[in-house]
Amino acid sequence: MTVSAADRPVGVDIQESEQNRAVIEAIEADNADATVRHMPGMIRVQAPGRLVIKRESVEERMGREWETHEFQLAIISYFGHIKEWDDDEIVIAWDH
Amino acid sequence: MTIAPKAPRKLSMKARYSALTRDLDWDPSYVPAEEMFPYTTFEGITIHDWSKWEDPFRLTVDAYAKYQAEKDKRLYAVLDGFAQSQGHLSLTDASYLNAMKLFLQGVSPLEYQAHRNFAYLARHLNGPGPRFASLCQSLDEIRHAQTEIHTLSNYNKYYSGFHSYLHMHDRVWYLSVPKSFFDDALSAGPFEFLIAIGFSFEYLLTNLLFVPFMSGASFNGDLPTMTFGFSAQSDESRHMTLGLEAIKFLLEQDEKNVPLVQHWINKWFWRGYRVTALVAQMLDYMLPRKVMSWKEAFELYFEQQMMNGLFQDLAYYGITPPLHVDKAIQEKEYLSHQAYWILYQFSHAAAFTTSIPTEEHMDWLTEQYPDTFPVYRTLWEKERKNLENGGRHFIRGLPQLCQVCQIPMGFTEADEPFVQCQRESIYEGERYNFCSDGCKYIFDHEPVKFRQAWLPVHQIYQGNCGAADLPGVLQWYKMQPGDGGEYLGNVDNENWKTWHDMAETTGGH
Repeated sequence: MTVSAADRPVGVDIQESEQNRAVIEAIEADNADATVRHMPGMIRVQAPGRLVIKRESVEERMGREWETHEFQLAIISYFGHIKEWDDDEIVIAWDH
Repeated sequence: MTIAPKAPRKLSMKARYSALTRDLDWDPSYVPAEEMFPYTTFEGITIHDWSKWEDPFRLTVDAYAKYQAEKDKRLYAVLDGFAQSQGHLSLTDASYLNAMKLFLQGVSPLEYQAHRNFAYLARHLNGPGPRFASLCQSLDEIRHAQTEIHTLSNYNKYYSGFHSYLHMHDRVWYLSVPKSFFDDALSAGPFEFLIAIGFSFEYLLTNLLFVPFMSGASFNGDLPTMTFGFSAQSDESRHMTLGLEAIKFLLEQDEKNVPLVQHWINKWFWRGYRVTALVAQMLDYMLPRKVMSWKEAFELYFEQQMMNGLFQDLAYYGITPPLHVDKAIQEKEYLSHQAYWILYQFSHAAAFTTSIPTEEHMDWLTEQYPDTFPVYRTLWEKERKNLENGGRHFIRGLPQLCQVCQIPMGFTEADEPFVQCQRESIYEGERYNFCSDGCKYIFDHEPVKFRQAWLPVHQIYQGNCGAADLPGVLQWYKMQPGDGGEYLGNVDNENWKTWHDMAETTGGH
């Protein structure tokens, strides 16, 4: 069975920590279809087709500047393909 | 206090990446390119344009150093706190550490080997993009080896089985499973290595290997391991990206690359999957407090994410899911039971201990595996009777090993739990045995390589392992009394009880 790239879930596992709460809240706010699952020590966020992490949304919740490179301290694993990682956003999606 | 206005960033991430990686590259003028990069043609892979390699992380050396330093600072703060507060006493049980002994003996040395081979790629790949990504991964891997050793060294002060792990890695029978897996990759060409480790291991299977270990650590009070695991995994997401970029790059460069890549996926999925048998039994049998069953982990991390996600993406290039993946899916129902049953019976020759699952544990296994565990439960009930009669059983003979994965031939046919699966091939008049169709497939493609396998059992019989009797071989392994065998009554178990009684009577430690 083939499911299109727009529907197949992508997701990211993030360490559960005080700082990362702002990151997770930002992801939830920016991805309407995202679902969150708590696992020991970590949180998995997944969404159909596409997941975006926006610098501005994270900064708003964190109350300080945050560069997207900093996401490297939060991420444990992901599934999907990193389509974009620039100064303003990180996008995870399937290509085909 | 006034906060200085943020200095305008001179370059965007994209421009900085381009300046610090691509722009530092040059074309050789004193020697031809093929002399400068002599190893990227013999495997038959065709590359037309190395500049097409993408690194979505756009990592530059300054950002790399900054964030890696921060990761290490966080980790070492946890290690110190745990050691200073006698954190080891708050583990669920000393038997939990069997999982960590296996990790230190079996996995940490592979991190070091990965460091070596990525350093080689950082020199020998033609494109500056993949060279820099490989350099970062090479540094990551040595960081992982070091932080794992530091993390677990604290337990070595109090528990058996943690000493001599490097020595053991090169000699001990069950450690030849991960060692031979990695040696196979190290002795392949650079592109096969990228598909073997970068793609198949890092992208397809890493979650199955690491996330269960780390969640297990989190559930069983092992704060330092959880922290090093998550710290390592944060690098791992970069490694997954390198693996995925590698495969997409090879597939997009030339159609002729597709069948080569497909064969490597077939081979390395099965090679890696066989190594995860050690993880399967760890998840289902070695954790005093359970996280999730192997079956559930396999469904979540492999079937859902890889089969239903990744392989639909790769279908675009004409890539199909790995051959024999259907066997792995069938085996999820019984892999852990068979792997632990093997280790239970041979742990007198191991540097970890085993014990019969408790009734409560078996009830949990029955819940997780309603269709298959009842059969294995009857084995354990028989063993319980042996124990009541004072006869904890260990197998005194030596097992036949699979020529490819080197696991003792204890796996069965899918629907027949007591019929051993055995395959064979004749090569130049000699017969070679395999545990599965997957391992036979691998041998049949490279008999000249795999006939040279260093099989621990054969080596013992040939007199290459110190002695012809078990005590002599164990001495050659550098195993000490208390390292292996039955957990109950073992030195770790006795110490654990003493320390906790002591804590009760003195009101703390």
